[in-house]
Amino acid sequence: MKKVLMKGNEAIGEAAIRAGCLNYFAYPITPQSEVAEYLSKRMPEVGGVFLQGESEVAVGYMIFGAAACGARVMTTSSSPGISLMSEAISYISGAECPAVFVNIMRGGPGLGGILPSQADYLQATKGGGHGDYRLLVMAPASVQEAVEMVMQAFPLAEKYRNPVMILGDGLIGQMMEPVAFPDQLRTEPSNKDAWATNGMDTRKSGKRNLVKSLYLDPTVLNNQNLKLKAKYDQMKREEIRFENYNIDVPYEALLVSYGTMSRVCKTAIDNLKTEGLEIGLVRPKTLFPFPEVAIREASRKPSCRVVLSIEMSMGQMLEDVERSVQGGKPVEWYGKCGGEVPTPEEVMDEIRLFLQRYGKE
Amino acid sequence: MGKTFQKPEALSDMPTHYCPGCTHGVIHRLIAEVIDEMNIRGKMVGIAPVGCAVLAYNYFTFDFQEAAHGRAPAMATGIKRVRPDLMVFTYQGDGDLASIGMGEIVHAANRGEKFTTIFVNNAVYGMTGGQMAPTTMPNQRTTTSPMGRNVAEVGMPIKVAELLASLQTPAYITRQTVIKPKYIVKAKKAIRKAFEYQLAGKCYSFVEVVSTCPTNWGLTPLEAVNWAENTMLPYYELGDKKVPD
Ligand SMILES: Cc1ncc(C[n+]2csc(CCOP(=O)(O)OP(=O)(O)O)c2C)c(N)n1
Ligand code: SF4
Repeated sequence: MKKVLMKGNEAIGEAAIRAGCLNYFAYPITPQSEVAEYLSKRMPEVGGVFLQGESEVAVGYMIFGAAACGARVMTTSSSPGISLMSEAISYISGAECPAVFVNIMRGGPGLGGILPSQADYLQATKGGGHGDYRLLVMAPASVQEAVEMVMQAFPLAEKYRNPVMILGDGLIGQMMEPVAFPDQLRTEPSNKDAWATNGMDTRKSGKRNLVKSLYLDPTVLNNQNLKLKAKYDQMKREEIRFENYNIDVPYEALLVSYGTMSRVCKTAIDNLKTEGLEIGLVRPKTLFPFPEVAIREASRKPSCRVVLSIEMSMGQMLEDVERSVQGGKPVEWYGKCGGEVPTPEEVMDEIRLFLQRYGKE
Repeated sequence: MGKTFQKPEALSDMPTHYCPGCTHGVIHRLIAEVIDEMNIRGKMVGIAPVGCAVLAYNYFTFDFQEAAHGRAPAMATGIKRVRPDLMVFTYQGDGDLASIGMGEIVHAANRGEKFTTIFVNNAVYGMTGGQMAPTTMPNQRTTTSPMGRNVAEVGMPIKVAELLASLQTPAYITRQTVIKPKYIVKAKKAIRKAFEYQLAGKCYSFVEVVSTCPTNWGLTPLEAVNWAENTMLPYYELGDKKVPD
């Protein structure tokens, strides 16, 4: 496959088209505005829909309306924009429609900053909007992986009739890397006639379809929530993705890190190896469902003395890592959140520090 | 002999939950009649609001989506952009459209989205128990303006039809009412015109319907009709506010 050098944000836009998504609505926000700029040119070329909405609130519902009539749709935004879309994400989850949301995270809370961050972990994996719902959340660590995840996200959203979120950080959006685009996937969501409001005329059944999330009868609403829970449980069985790095050796510490941060961790691991120190890494590629079992098993290696959650957030993933390790080993956190990515040297220093605290060095 | 009067096919058999004297039901029927007459039921998608008409989808027999409070115009935009062949209308109350959803309606209209809005103006939040709306009349008592709407504090009621008609983008914007039989024929004609403009892909179309809420106005159905006619109609003047060339 031929590789081209592309900026992450533009590659994300191109990946959507290659995945058969010809419907894109968005509102500009740094550091992801290039997706909209790119698709404002590309969508007309491929006969697709590009529309810049008046706000992220509206864009969320443009996505909802389009998704509800069976179209393959995507939006991209960054942290404050995702907050505004959270209302729609809750409704889309409640109404069980497929849609892809890309969050190229920047620092927060509030206006925060425009540099890379991973501070929306909890928002993405634990809610954001109201009610009992979950998103399938995928976290790319390179432009290539962002492309692949965007292309996987559409069939996954359609399989579960649930929003899928690609949680990248500003670096993934802004950096240029060589990227190869996999072959085109399906171009049409399947079985939409069973549920989508695509017009009765288009369906053999002659039955009308209804897309809604209101259930005034408590028993019915409870059952709907049980149905949604079963879906999230199925994701936990079938969709967990992660990468192991340097875990076939007797490592003294286990790192858990995702996205851009995990690449820094890998460099730190390689550097420490040359100094004779072995460190393992589990990199979640899906943040929901979270690779709990993989982390728990990796933490149980007898040589492993401490588990470190290394993030560009103030310990948001730490809670999931602790939950995964289940008290078997001490779990600690290191991270930064202003938009500066911790350097390999800083990570190496932290690893040494924690190894000292938990035994030898 | 054939039947001279029957339920439109676009209307379901389900009895509505609307209060006695409420005109939501009349407006539903007019929409259904027009859809039948234009033979467009099979490509229709309705969008229900948050408000008393939240269950509107139960009373029609074609595809329906349910929106969040005020967001119906954005949903309709999403549908029409990806499926211009579908017919789409939003059905929205005044709290829904003129308050929380003001941004969505103004921008959808200004973009010239090719869908239709049926805007039911009853000068109050009906569903949540009669709170003040942006359309509440001066001095009108509501549960959140117990002394009457004080325009010095909260401004004058918003005339949405006129507001949207001020936009430069071509559109069909009209205000009608269904409070008395003499107005109903005109209201139906306006709804039909709105759908025809949409079908022709011509412009955004908006029909404001001055309506009643006897329950929250604390009036009998007859008193409510008279209050609407005497208090609302002089302020919310009926008629076309904008027609496309
Ligand atoms: C985000 C949000 N805020 C508030 C509500 C509560 N709410 C439900 S209906 C309604 C008022 C609706 O009034 P209107 O649009 O005038 O319709 P009517 O009931 O009078 O027909 C409100 C405030 C809600 N459902 N969602
Ligand atoms: S509360 Fe008012 S608007 Fe709602 S159904 Fe009753 S009369 Fe109609």
